Amino acid sequence: MPSVTSVTKHEPLLEVKHLTKYFAVKSGSSWRKQQVKAVEDVSFAIYEGETYGLVGESGSGKSTTGRTIMRLTDPSAGEAFFQNQDVFSLRSKELQNFRREVQMIFQDPNSSLDPKKRIGYSVAEPMIIHGQGTKAERKERVLELMSRVGFSPHHLERFPHEFSGGQRQRIGIAKALALNPKLIVCDEPVSALDVSIQSQILNLLVELQSEFQLSYLFIAHDLSVVRHIADRIGVMYLGHLVEQAPTDELFAHPLHPYTQFLLSAIPAPHPKLKRERIILQGDIPSPLNPPPGCVFHTRCPFVMDVCRQVKPVNREISTGHTVQCHLYEESASEDLTISRRKGD
Amino acid sequence: MSQTPLLEVKNLITTFATDDGTVNAVDGVSFQVYPEETVGIVGESGCGKSVTAESILRLFDETTTRYDGEIRFAGQDLLQLSEEKMRNVRGNDISIIFQDPMSSLNPVYTIGDQIIEAITLHQKVSSGQARDRAVELLRLTGISDPETRLRAYPHELSGGMRQRVMIALALSCEPRLLIADEPTTALDVTIQAQILELMNGLKDRLRMGIMLITHDLSVVAQMCSRVIVMYLGEVIEETDVVTLFDHPLHPYTMGLLQSVPNMEGQRKEKLYEIKGSVPAMQDVAHCCRFAPRCPFATDVCRSEPPVLEEAANGHRVRCWHFKEIAESRGEGDAFSYIGYEA
Repeated sequence: MPSVTSVTKHEPLLEVKHLTKYFAVKSGSSWRKQQVKAVEDVSFAIYEGETYGLVGESGSGKSTTGRTIMRLTDPSAGEAFFQNQDVFSLRSKELQNFRREVQMIFQDPNSSLDPKKRIGYSVAEPMIIHGQGTKAERKERVLELMSRVGFSPHHLERFPHEFSGGQRQRIGIAKALALNPKLIVCDEPVSALDVSIQSQILNLLVELQSEFQLSYLFIAHDLSVVRHIADRIGVMYLGHLVEQAPTDELFAHPLHPYTQFLLSAIPAPHPKLKRERIILQGDIPSPLNPPPGCVFHTRCPFVMDVCRQVKPVNREISTGHTVQCHLYEESASEDLTISRRKGD
Repeated sequence: MSQTPLLEVKNLITTFATDDGTVNAVDGVSFQVYPEETVGIVGESGCGKSVTAESILRLFDETTTRYDGEIRFAGQDLLQLSEEKMRNVRGNDISIIFQDPMSSLNPVYTIGDQIIEAITLHQKVSSGQARDRAVELLRLTGISDPETRLRAYPHELSGGMRQRVMIALALSCEPRLLIADEPTTALDVTIQAQILELMNGLKDRLRMGIMLITHDLSVVAQMCSRVIVMYLGEVIEETDVVTLFDHPLHPYTMGLLQSVPNMEGQRKEKLYEIKGSVPAMQDVAHCCRFAPRCPFATDVCRSEPPVLEEAANGHRVRCWHFKEIAESRGEGDAFSYIGYEA
């Protein structure tokens, strides 16, 4: 992985430390306050020009992580530094600057397009809000962006409903690029799209990344998509970042039993291939009442006594490969072989 | 599979009346499903795969929908049945499960009420017997502690559990054909694996046929023995599952197979793109419907519609140029495969 090692020498563009987000909810019958523990002590970094993939099942906290970093919701604890600035203490002017540098692409492009406004206006809107350029300059920039994502000038006069889902996602991308951001948080950008359109969008994202030196935080549940686009991947389960590794390393040597389980659940892409399935029983426990100790212990086939009581800490097994699991507590090298044997 | 087909759809045309005139959402579709077989129907949004499924059960409002062709099930043409007799077929002989189980479950009744209702509606059993049967069905679909779960409301269950309840409901009258319309699309990959495994097991146990509608080719690879690929209301290719993956003949099928990121492929490498997007049904010209997006399209494609022809035994394809395309792809055995002399 030469590209990754060369970028890791730099300071990270975004560094997230011990991010925690609880939501207060009313419990049904009593007045007792309860909390959904959506994100719990998540730490990771994104370097310039790289794509960090965040994977996990629904309810694992991956979208909440993205939204909290964007300051769309306030964290309960933890820190995030963007270019060495403390994201969570930014106020007014600085926050506006931050929002210029960090943009977001959503699963449903309609959520960022006003149905009553023409596309040309929607794409120009971020520049208007941030007071960038004259009207003529903005128009020129919109034309440039729209042609970059594959539209001709006459499309600018149209309304969102005149476009297909894939086209609207491309418009959403053009809009996100309007302010020349450094980091784009992509929250499930292709999961609502058909296969043939999905590949168009993935190709576009890869091209734009090298053209504009963009960094992506790519949140998705489809592992083959994340494998394709991400340089490094973090696996989330019930609010915890249970494993983190460079992409090829993660797919070659998944360490956490949950990661192994997740990878084994991907359907084999050819009828002649049969994947060895790890069968796990049950669903993800409720984040209202996460299990004590290791959050995965209720479903883990390798569960030990210690897992039920003690929360595992992050342990670096090889360069850039960390895991939160008691199986790797003692000597790293010895346990690696255990896990490979168990994983196979 | 030498028996007679369980379901035989012949030249089905489903026409909707819309404000902008009539639309043939399904346009001349034919296929068979045999007992104990899973047939996959694949295609992207708007290709008519769900309309085909719902036409088989005649679920559309028949004041604005017209069906033509034949749907033969157990020796009778479903399109000729009275509404009353059709009601007997639905749920009893043919069941359907949808992508979103919440839309088919009633939020104000417990899971148990709904399963017991389905059983007593179609079968002459006492409520006690129906209750026992409901417990047994929930256990069959892998729900733990079924006696307690009977008293649960749909919102108290997770997405995967709800889909299991839907399957239990669909199986309550031991149908001979199960139509599953994107049954795992809304589910996480780990839950998807459980549900697919469950469907496979139940198919063998109950000896039913499954018609699986999906856009996900890896689900097809894992579940189906035969596959029908649809595009804009037409069948464009039909073959057994291994042939579909090894020797696809239609450019659209090839495109679909190639545009999925491959787990073994080079990361960030440019993925194959099918250019453009699926046009609206109303805009379809009288020609090959894939021609505007096809890299191999010629004048004949843009002026005349190709027919679905038999390229090899059991392999049908709707393309003017499938022989040349197979040759140009440099597949050494392509010609021997489709049975033509080079």
